[in-house]
Amino acid sequence: MKKALFATLLALFLAFSVAFVGAQETIRIGANLEMTGAVAAYGQMIWEGINLVKEIVGDEVLGKKVELVLVDNKSDKVEAANAATRLIDKEKVVAMIGPAISGSMLAVGPICEEKQVPVISATATNPLVTQGKKFVFRACFLDPYQAAAAAQFAIEDLNATTAAILSDVAQDYCVALGNFFKEEFTKRGGTIVSEQYCKTGDQDFSAQLTTIMNANPDILYVPNYYTEIALICRQARDLGFEGIILSADGADAPELFSIGGDAVEGIYHTAIWDATKGLNEVGQKYIDLYREKYGKDPNMFGALGADAYLILLDAIKRAGKADPVAIRDAIEDTENLDVVTGKVTIENGDAVKPVVVRKVEGGQFKFVKTVVPY
Amino acid sequence: MTGTVFLQQLMNGVSLGSLYALLAIGYTLVYGILGLINFAHSDVFMLGTYFAFFMMVIFMLPWWLSIIIGVALCALVGVSIERVAYRPLRNAPRISALITAVGVSFFIENLGLVTVGARPKGFPRPPLMKNIYMLAGARIQGVTFWVPLISVAILILLFYIVYKTKMGMAMRAVAKDLETTRLMGVNVDKVIMYTFALGSALAGAGGIMWAFKYPQINPLMGVFPGWKAFTAAVVGGIGNVVGAMMGGFIIGISEIMIVAFFPHLSGYRDAFVFTILIIFLLVKPGGIMGEAQREKV
Repeated sequence: MKKALFATLLALFLAFSVAFVGAQETIRIGANLEMTGAVAAYGQMIWEGINLVKEIVGDEVLGKKVELVLVDNKSDKVEAANAATRLIDKEKVVAMIGPAISGSMLAVGPICEEKQVPVISATATNPLVTQGKKFVFRACFLDPYQAAAAAQFAIEDLNATTAAILSDVAQDYCVALGNFFKEEFTKRGGTIVSEQYCKTGDQDFSAQLTTIMNANPDILYVPNYYTEIALICRQARDLGFEGIILSADGADAPELFSIGGDAVEGIYHTAIWDATKGLNEVGQKYIDLYREKYGKDPNMFGALGADAYLILLDAIKRAGKADPVAIRDAIEDTENLDVVTGKVTIENGDAVKPVVVRKVEGGQFKFVKTVVPY
Repeated sequence: MTGTVFLQQLMNGVSLGSLYALLAIGYTLVYGILGLINFAHSDVFMLGTYFAFFMMVIFMLPWWLSIIIGVALCALVGVSIERVAYRPLRNAPRISALITAVGVSFFIENLGLVTVGARPKGFPRPPLMKNIYMLAGARIQGVTFWVPLISVAILILLFYIVYKTKMGMAMRAVAKDLETTRLMGVNVDKVIMYTFALGSALAGAGGIMWAFKYPQINPLMGVFPGWKAFTAAVVGGIGNVVGAMMGGFIIGISEIMIVAFFPHLSGYRDAFVFTILIIFLLVKPGGIMGEAQREKV
């Protein structure tokens, strides 16, 4: 089994190298992705996105061909670190698109710092990933940012002055979103009238919702995952809650509709992007090409992978040379660059870009607007 | 907390409690007769929802017919489990039967994970369960209203079976002394089969009502309700049908009240229920309705 896998990979690499024999000098970019293992779906989607956007914008920069070198990190921290070392030392890549998940990204970061090669992850959201690092970047935004956008949207667009939060104490993601929402909502003059908690897997929220309804908030913020969101919406509506329900990107799954049914109609949620309508030319082209090729709407992972590639390509162009340190400096200066998910600016290693707000209408997500918090 | 809110919370608790009660009765029936804790009970509860789900969604049957078929299939599953897993161990030490019960439970859960997948499915709700009733300013959902009513109806039916029918008399006799009953010419295996059918049918009915209330089903959905119902059975006095009913309401209402009065402890509501279990096991192991000399069979 292992032998077969090795042989396939070897064949793949040979095919790649044959394809590039005879090409003029190339710029090599590494792709350190989860092609097998626990989160293989993430890595594969990102790889798909990178290649799709390559078809749109091409693979030439500074008159040279960009060559992507893919190494499978098997969804494993140690493998990811090994892959990074190999990509830098043996494959001589000038930059790297890093692992999808935060854990592996945290293992890769120090290596890239030491060897002074920039790395950019498409989807690692943990704040620690970029903290205190010079060569580590990401193409996605962080939870505080998303929650702040939700709070701003609640106050400015939905005219809410009071809010209740029902968050999941078993998930760091949910707790963080709840806290940052509270902070921003209060800072903007709103009042949190009730803070309730639940736990992943809970099915009964009637006690919390009864208390919340008694506090009569304008808005109920539910930064949970889709199963809980759907059940909360259903029970809230059954109990007679008529206020607005606002959620985060955890709501983005088809199960929201199959479980929530008509109870999730009209709820809002913040998202990384909206796969039905491009915000700019490259985004629209990406969506069209994806639909043509795969016959369905594109996913967020692929889109963020494409973003990572576009950010690198743009940085190499502005650096004017294929030198890792120069590329790093150029990435840091990225400003208002058009990428698949919108306009991106890099600040302290993190992507700053508009948060998309969507509303459920007729059993579908409908784009409402984009919000830039702070 | 105003009166209306308290009433609403009480209704929430009663509604949750009645579901635990239904499930707890199944544990108690089997324990009363065999002295066995049927850990697969909570998985039959889960199977009931899937049976009804497939009837409604794939075969497009009306909801009431789906419930009847679902409950009947659960009875069948219960009997099969007894036949395959427990009967060969009837004379083995109790610990063997207990471990087998755990094994059967894992088997059903994992079979579910492999066949239907871990992703939850939405459960369709009939209009009757969706209706909203007003009572003294408190909003009562159809499920909150009907589920306790149906539970009580089932309990009355159960009492009739246990105390008024010949099979009920045989069940009580087996519970008192299995060997002597066998010597009296009663077909003990048939009685036990009947008990499993009855208990599993109750689990199926409980599961389907649970899914009406929390319309999301997945192969592991029975685990926590199962543990809580087991706690309810112990609190009420395992082996005692009235006790199981009472235990169910006590657990349901206290679980809701802990969240209502101490919102910050919401994450600990399961822990709270199991603390009740431990306290009862330490202080009053026989439960509220339990008799002191329950140790037999």
